[in-house]
Amino acid sequence: MQWIPNILFAIILFVGIYFFAKNVRKLIRNIKLGKEVDRSDNPSERWTNMARIALGQSKMVRRPVSGVLHIVVYLGFIIINIEVLEIILDGLLGTHRVFLPVLGQSVYGFLIGTFEVLALLVLVSVTVFWIRRNVMHIKRFLGKEMKGWPKNDGNNILYFEMVLMSLFLLMNATDDHFQHLATGNTISQYIAPFFENLSFGVVHAIERTAWWIHIVGILVFLNYLYYSKHLHILLAFPNTFFANLKPKGAFKNDPNVTKEVMMMMDPNADPYAAPAEGEDEVVATFGAKDVTDLSWVNLMNAYTCTECGRCTSNCPANLTGKELSPRKIMMDTRDRLEEVGKNIDANNGVFQDDGKNLFDYISKEEIWACTSCNACVETCPVNIDPLEIIMDMRRYLVMEESSAPTELNNMMQNVENNGAPWPYSQMDRLNWVDEEQ
Amino acid sequence: MIRVPIMADLFAEGKEPEILFWVGSAGSFDDRAKKITRAFVKILNKANVNFAVLGTEESSSGDAAKRAGNEFLFQMQAVTNIEVMNAYNVKKIVTACPHSFNTLKNEYPNLGGNYEVLHHTQFIQQLVDEGKLDLKDAQLSADRITFHDPCYLGRANDEYNAPRNLIKSLGASLVEMKRTKKNSLCCGAGGSQMFKEPEKGTMDVNDLRTQDALETQPNVIATGCPFCNTMMTDGVKNANKEETVQVKDVAELIVEALNL
Repeated sequence: MQWIPNILFAIILFVGIYFFAKNVRKLIRNIKLGKEVDRSDNPSERWTNMARIALGQSKMVRRPVSGVLHIVVYLGFIIINIEVLEIILDGLLGTHRVFLPVLGQSVYGFLIGTFEVLALLVLVSVTVFWIRRNVMHIKRFLGKEMKGWPKNDGNNILYFEMVLMSLFLLMNATDDHFQHLATGNTISQYIAPFFENLSFGVVHAIERTAWWIHIVGILVFLNYLYYSKHLHILLAFPNTFFANLKPKGAFKNDPNVTKEVMMMMDPNADPYAAPAEGEDEVVATFGAKDVTDLSWVNLMNAYTCTECGRCTSNCPANLTGKELSPRKIMMDTRDRLEEVGKNIDANNGVFQDDGKNLFDYISKEEIWACTSCNACVETCPVNIDPLEIIMDMRRYLVMEESSAPTELNNMMQNVENNGAPWPYSQMDRLNWVDEEQ
Repeated sequence: MIRVPIMADLFAEGKEPEILFWVGSAGSFDDRAKKITRAFVKILNKANVNFAVLGTEESSSGDAAKRAGNEFLFQMQAVTNIEVMNAYNVKKIVTACPHSFNTLKNEYPNLGGNYEVLHHTQFIQQLVDEGKLDLKDAQLSADRITFHDPCYLGRANDEYNAPRNLIKSLGASLVEMKRTKKNSLCCGAGGSQMFKEPEKGTMDVNDLRTQDALETQPNVIATGCPFCNTMMTDGVKNANKEETVQVKDVAELIVEALNL
């Protein structure tokens, strides 16, 4: 009978990790629905970027208030998780604070004391975050796309963290043995007196309950990630690693177009020639109509986005009241990708045409409002690139649907006819020389 | 009189200039941008730079077509231009247009066009550093200048210093806007917006950016892009400040300061 809690713990742990692993597999499957793009070059620069931007949070502190608060929560999250290792071992082995005899009282006390201080700091920071989101009128949290689930999602994460940190402190405060060590209870010693008048049995029951809810809560939170914007805590690392390293102004040249252009420019090419043996005969779509036309990096970007809205608050189009919001581009891409993923799951692994595409989520008006200024890309704390998605969708509109705004069609006609965006003759290209005022 | 050697003429004489000055479509046809083009040529002449222009053999870089989504038209333009430039054995290009600069530098190489490409502010900075252009006697009448970063020079290619260093060496004080360098706000013309009406919104981007600039109370809003120049000039007009605030290219400021 005494093994029942251990067995129960092992089952809960297994179920929690099993479902998480299942969701991670689905996540990777969905990301791989994107087109191949090679991001294996310059590994040392990539590691440096990951260390600096994801691990070192270097872009977060460009906004000092939210940046510093975020670093507190981030450090707290990573460091306090060391304690989870002990909790898991205790749960499986039926021990209590298994590291205490191993590390000795002073080291153990120092560690737990640090965790307690961090837990309090996280609690304070998360509360400030909640106030910023719900009480203060900070524009980037109030965007059109932040109604309903995205808003609730943001708050849910904060509630999770508040509850988990409180339980951690509570379970230490009600641990009679731990409190009597009088080391490591840096914060919980001020909570313990509230339970002084209760019987030992009741206090112990509170401690056990807090301990159990804490670890179950962590497993629930782990499984919440896949459905939440909070995936960034994992994906920020690969996302910064695989991010574009070229100058931001260098837009990719579509190799399928290059093939056609080179053939047109080659005087020896036979325009009616059948494709050579083994050559891919499937006609490629130009640009992106749906998420599967985007690259896997674009799709990983979408899962990484934590909807902080720094992109949107720096976007010239959004700042002047246009429909475009780079954050919404990322959220829509993820929503559509999830829809495609569910479709595949429901149809035995093969996508069945649902008559929808990314343009059901993102309007042409949004796509055409972009100035390609790279402000969104520059400011993203985890190097997400909404601009590449916008440009790919433009390419689809122009090259597959010929549906550019009229003025742009005129401009392109001019380029085609006389080699300038305006209707001036190429022969007049030197007129400026003699026009001294 | 400005001296503007033409590539085909030099080639006929068996000469190869060191530098190709890529004028760009705006620099060739837009009335305001043509003044910038001439100002830059005056600097090239003053520093005795061995350069040439393609003239009637130059065609749109394809930037506007590419940003408008027409990859096919862009690559046609690029390949045509590359053919011309490679035939002249072009090695080093300078341009006063950040859009041409970006496209030629970043998007031509994998289509067969490999050149060293410089923005005119970078090139002028080199002339100064090499002692070919002397700015010691430069004297500018304007005393407060703010610099608007063109997106395709700044964020797109990480060049923030060359234009600023030049402005500072003209003896004027440079005042920064609240949104500057990496955090600079677009003028509203990039991504082919220059050629279309903006989408529905509450205001135009150039007016917002002009507000940023006017907050620094400048005599001159300096920039390094023909499109930014147009947008900021319109913004200043819309704010009824054209009497007191001028919009100038860095090259024009140098010409003025050196009295060229």
